[in-house]
Amino acid sequence: MFAEFLQYLFSGLTSGAIYALAGLGFAIIYNSSHVINFAQGEFIMIGGMATATMVAAGLPLPLAAVLAVVATMAVGVALEKFAVEPARGADVTAIVIITIGASIFLRGAAQVLWDKEFHALPAFSGDTPLRLAGATLMPQSLWVVGAAVVVIALLWWFFNRTLFGKAMLATSHNRLAAQLMGIPVRSVLVVAFALSAMLGAVGGIVVTPITFTNYEAGIMLGLKGFSAAVLGGLGSGAGAIVGGLLVGVAEALASGYLSSAYKDAIAFVIILFVLFFMPSGLFGKKGTDRV
Amino acid sequence: MKGLVWMGAAGVAVLGCVVFSGGVQAAETVKIGSFLSVTGPASFLGEPEKKTLERYVERLNTDGGIGGRKVELVVYDDGGAPDKAATFAKRLIQNDGVDILVGGTTTGTSMAAIKVVELAGVPFISLAGGIDIVEPVKKWVFKTPHTDRMAAEKVFADMKTRGISKIALVSEDSGFGKSGHDQSLKVAANHGIEIVADEVYSPKDPDVTAQLTKARNAPGVQAVFNFGFGQGPAIVTKNYKQLGIALPLYQSHGVASKEFIRLAGAAADGVRLPAAGLVVAGQLPATDPQKPVVTAFKADYEAAFKTEVSTFAGHAYDGLQLAAAAISRAGGTDKARVRDELEKTSGYVGTGGMVTMSATDHMGLSPAAFHMVEIRNGDWVLSD
Repeated sequence: MFAEFLQYLFSGLTSGAIYALAGLGFAIIYNSSHVINFAQGEFIMIGGMATATMVAAGLPLPLAAVLAVVATMAVGVALEKFAVEPARGADVTAIVIITIGASIFLRGAAQVLWDKEFHALPAFSGDTPLRLAGATLMPQSLWVVGAAVVVIALLWWFFNRTLFGKAMLATSHNRLAAQLMGIPVRSVLVVAFALSAMLGAVGGIVVTPITFTNYEAGIMLGLKGFSAAVLGGLGSGAGAIVGGLLVGVAEALASGYLSSAYKDAIAFVIILFVLFFMPSGLFGKKGTDRV
Repeated sequence: MKGLVWMGAAGVAVLGCVVFSGGVQAAETVKIGSFLSVTGPASFLGEPEKKTLERYVERLNTDGGIGGRKVELVVYDDGGAPDKAATFAKRLIQNDGVDILVGGTTTGTSMAAIKVVELAGVPFISLAGGIDIVEPVKKWVFKTPHTDRMAAEKVFADMKTRGISKIALVSEDSGFGKSGHDQSLKVAANHGIEIVADEVYSPKDPDVTAQLTKARNAPGVQAVFNFGFGQGPAIVTKNYKQLGIALPLYQSHGVASKEFIRLAGAAADGVRLPAAGLVVAGQLPATDPQKPVVTAFKADYEAAFKTEVSTFAGHAYDGLQLAAAAISRAGGTDKARVRDELEKTSGYVGTGGMVTMSATDHMGLSPAAFHMVEIRNGDWVLSD
């Protein structure tokens, strides 16, 4: 009985950590521009696909991972330069729509550049499951949780302890004032896209051994990640993690104790319920000082 | 007298017309129309189908065409959208004037086109799996692939011989998985199989250990049967291994490709599934009538496109061969005669199996078209 419960919990933890990592990417760009980047899922896909192809070609995993992260960051910067920046004057909604277009474009490009098949990566620490009180957990799930924790720690440090991070926050609060203070506001958004691309790529790399990847993998990760980010409070790193885990665990418990046919519906009902009473999410604060 | 001359002139004119049109008929091409999901979510089915049709229409032409007439192929990409498929079917019939349709990658696109072809009276050979396409029988509609019901029956028959009667069904919440789920429920009782747990997962779920834990704990369960397609069954198989479930795991024909073994890795060992002859071409005994057909098609496809042969490519190949044979037997492209000849197809050995159609069976495959295989050390092993 307890073993069963623990297994549902582990199942939820695995899915939840993946959603959380996907959700974190939304937070950064939202923080620096109040734009929701719907191409975030595609950053995850590109990171995973690039690593999988390079490993299949014989490159060692760490090198392939670094190259994939750099490549994804280049895509992120290009997206900002050629799609978002030309629409500088447009309002936030228009830019959000541009990112949806960009996500469709990136999926198409991935389909042409790679193929339509699924790609896999070997698990980082082997395929032997960890056993605990009758339940099992794959070591790769811990890699995902670990990556999410490290990423949020680094983000906290960047936004609170470095000059550029603070400059980015300042820009999001008041663009004109930040510009008057000598902050290079143009480069802030470029850096934000590069950072979230990096984050997406890291997520894609640690997640691929569990879920596999193909050119469409970004759709699900983007959607679930966005749900996690909204539930936790848009723009809050800790919120994205808690939100992701909550969605994952709710789904697993729902399929375990209620019905697996309705698990997605149950997760969305929880999100709606939370947002009804806390419109800015669990960790979202009203006003301007986010993160 | 004058009247006779006129009649004679008219007779010559009529004769001339007949001769003239006959001459045109001989030079006219046979037009095969196709709408396929070359892009979109079903693109990994539609793309090999398109490549196969193009390659083998070319082959038909270098071999002298059908009955001395060149073959022309017109292909449209419906992107997997049923409404587009219906539009393209209409365009193929009305604007391009095709003699026969070979296409319809998914059950959805095929079903959408059926209304159009039935109304226009054009023979249509579908390349999709759904049983609804040919059941109830529609006058102008045929299909080449196996149905999910056949796969379920093959699996249940195998379970029975191994003394399994209580199973857990874990199916994917997708078109393929849902249809497989419904057909499995329908035929289980006929084979003395009781489904004691019925679990569902979404096609892109990263983890299904919760569903599998529930399936394992169902009272009296002796085996697990997974109906899905793409990465889902690979995740199910990996999670199954992770949980250390000792019960036999059955998969559907949806995973009968090397890609599944590549994705699931060592966890795939011991998985049993029904597969078409094409998948296990190398392992078929020399006495199998399918052996020469599938080995030749596999070798040719893999040499030409440098990728593993897919069963979907085989469906397109079979569709084209059936169409060519029917037109050749009918001695022309008269649609009603081609349809009648299609229905009379008997003993055609294709990549999917032996096809013998009748007025009540527009697919013509028997359960023998599936072979039960087990995965051992990363390869298929025939086990029936």
